Amino acid sequence: MTALRNPRWQTFALLVAAIALPLIVRNGAFTNFLTDAGAFVLLALGLNIVVGFAGLLDLGYAAFFAIGSYAYAMLASPQFGIHIPFWVMLFVASAIAAIFGILLGAPTLRLRGDYLAIVTLGFGEIVPQTFLNLAQWTGGPNGIGSLDQPTFFGYRFGFNVTPYYYLMLALIVLAVFLVGNLRDSRLGRSWMAIREDELAAAHMGINTTSAKLAAFALGASFSGLAGVAYGAKLQLVSPDQFQFNVSVAILSMLVLGGMGNIPGVIVGSLVISSLDRFILPQATSFLQNSVHVNVDLTNSRLLIYGAILVLMMLFRPEGLVPSRQRAAELHAGTSDPNAVAQEQELYTEAVS
Amino acid sequence: MDVFLQQVINGLSLGGIYALIALGYTMVYGIIELINFAHGDVYTLGTFFSLAVLTLLGVSGEVHGPALIGIVVLTIAVAMLLCGLTGVIIERLAYRRLRNAPRLAPLITAIGMSFILENIMQYWRGPSPIGFPQVVPNPTFHLGPVEIGAKQLLVIVLAVVMMIVLQLFIFNTKLGKAMRATAQDRDAAQLMGININTTIALTFLIGSALAGAAGFVSGVYYGSTWFFNGFAAGLKAFTAAVLGGIGNLAGAMLGGFLIGLIESLTTQFISDQWSNVVVFSVLVLVLIFRPSGLLGESLPNKV
Repeated sequence: MTALRNPRWQTFALLVAAIALPLIVRNGAFTNFLTDAGAFVLLALGLNIVVGFAGLLDLGYAAFFAIGSYAYAMLASPQFGIHIPFWVMLFVASAIAAIFGILLGAPTLRLRGDYLAIVTLGFGEIVPQTFLNLAQWTGGPNGIGSLDQPTFFGYRFGFNVTPYYYLMLALIVLAVFLVGNLRDSRLGRSWMAIREDELAAAHMGINTTSAKLAAFALGASFSGLAGVAYGAKLQLVSPDQFQFNVSVAILSMLVLGGMGNIPGVIVGSLVISSLDRFILPQATSFLQNSVHVNVDLTNSRLLIYGAILVLMMLFRPEGLVPSRQRAAELHAGTSDPNAVAQEQELYTEAVS
Repeated sequence: MDVFLQQVINGLSLGGIYALIALGYTMVYGIIELINFAHGDVYTLGTFFSLAVLTLLGVSGEVHGPALIGIVVLTIAVAMLLCGLTGVIIERLAYRRLRNAPRLAPLITAIGMSFILENIMQYWRGPSPIGFPQVVPNPTFHLGPVEIGAKQLLVIVLAVVMMIVLQLFIFNTKLGKAMRATAQDRDAAQLMGININTTIALTFLIGSALAGAAGFVSGVYYGSTWFFNGFAAGLKAFTAAVLGGIGNLAGAMLGGFLIGLIESLTTQFISDQWSNVVVFSVLVLVLIFRPSGLLGESLPNKV
């Protein structure tokens, strides 16, 4: 029984289940859904570094996703006749995304938190608009199609979704490993110190600017990975895949699951993806065909994201699957007796 | 040169709309240091409310004479009232509880409220653009080489009048004084017997009412609207508020007119497609090089 409570075993069991899932449920549409959801898990893990760990609100995260996708589309498609292999592009695109993260972050990270949110929001608007406007290179509103399919030791991924599923799973495992290690590293601890009190962190000798810049760059690099994998799977990029609501959807995943907590972020992104792709369309067709109520719940996405953000922040800011530290922090300043007790507990833990 | 002057006129009337919205951003930011993301959607709601009033009155085309004044005043008044109430309700539901929470929290609920309002408007009038009746006749007046339409004149005059009234209210009434005191130091203001909750609610009421007025004039000016209108307009108005110096009323007005000018000149001399990119680049540049804005004072980090 103890094995069930051991997080290592739990992770292992989940991984085995994830590997077995498409073999048991032999349904292409379902595997396709899981693969897309996987891209959003990757994105949420990346945004979690920026928002969850370092406490910097990035409202234009989809821009880095766009940059990753377009990097793959331009360097691995008939568009310019350049065909860099997929596996190389994973590194190249995440490096490009990270560079853009630094370019955006370097001048703006000195700003107060809410200004940063607005600047990233503006960036998130500029990037897809630029890809839309530069039609001679990016195909404008049509985007770029027939991107190269990855090959793995001679095996072509083709149009079947299953290999992309395993690709996404492998990237998620890699990301969880990296993000977990980052969290426990010296850098990760300085992120959390900055999140909790930037001034105090600076006085403790943390170089807050470079730590925040690292969070921005690393966070962006994960969306570069997601962009390449998603682009390769879809074989198409177009500017409308990267609108503001994508950034907010990813943010809702963090807020719902629990900012700063890796399992929470994964749960949150899976819940939102299933709502978006699975539950809402299913419920709509059920209502329309079986109950004959003519409502289209898929039109309620904005309302649902919005309600999640508002209700979670008001009633459970630490998310559904919280990390204990973040919970205590977010309840600080409110008169919630549990939070005060929890904070004291954490304090005594830290002192002893 | 004539084209340039003409675009200046166009930019000023566009800017009047942005300035009215920017006032709401800057007032709310000044008093509770929150970027009220939902403000742009309150502005769109103003257009929607105006449209509803005009529909109720059975107005679908141009109106002339005294009836025009009556209809314009009535529609603006109703739109301002309803938007003001919406603002107060949003503050009560989504922001008041989080007043002492970490700053990220109210910012996230503000984005949530914005999405909720957008979806409500989408339910109300559907996802496509909606026509706005051409209530105001649009004769053009010639000023030397340039011409100015009656609608443009309406926008500019209305914006300037509202700003003057607001300025008088803030600096010459007791409630205005309470607002300034609350913005300066909330705790001290409370100790002096100012009701903080009422004052903050009043700020939302006024700011949102101005957005409601802007909603009406934008309906008249553009002749159409849609549920997502407030996103870009809100972002531009926020840029205007930051450009002028956030928390500073005169700055918001100046910023609004400047952003309007930048937008119309970009549209004329570069291209329509790039106007948003240029405006947001201005925002990024202002925040980087002069975060306190043109008229704002720089604030030290509060401990």
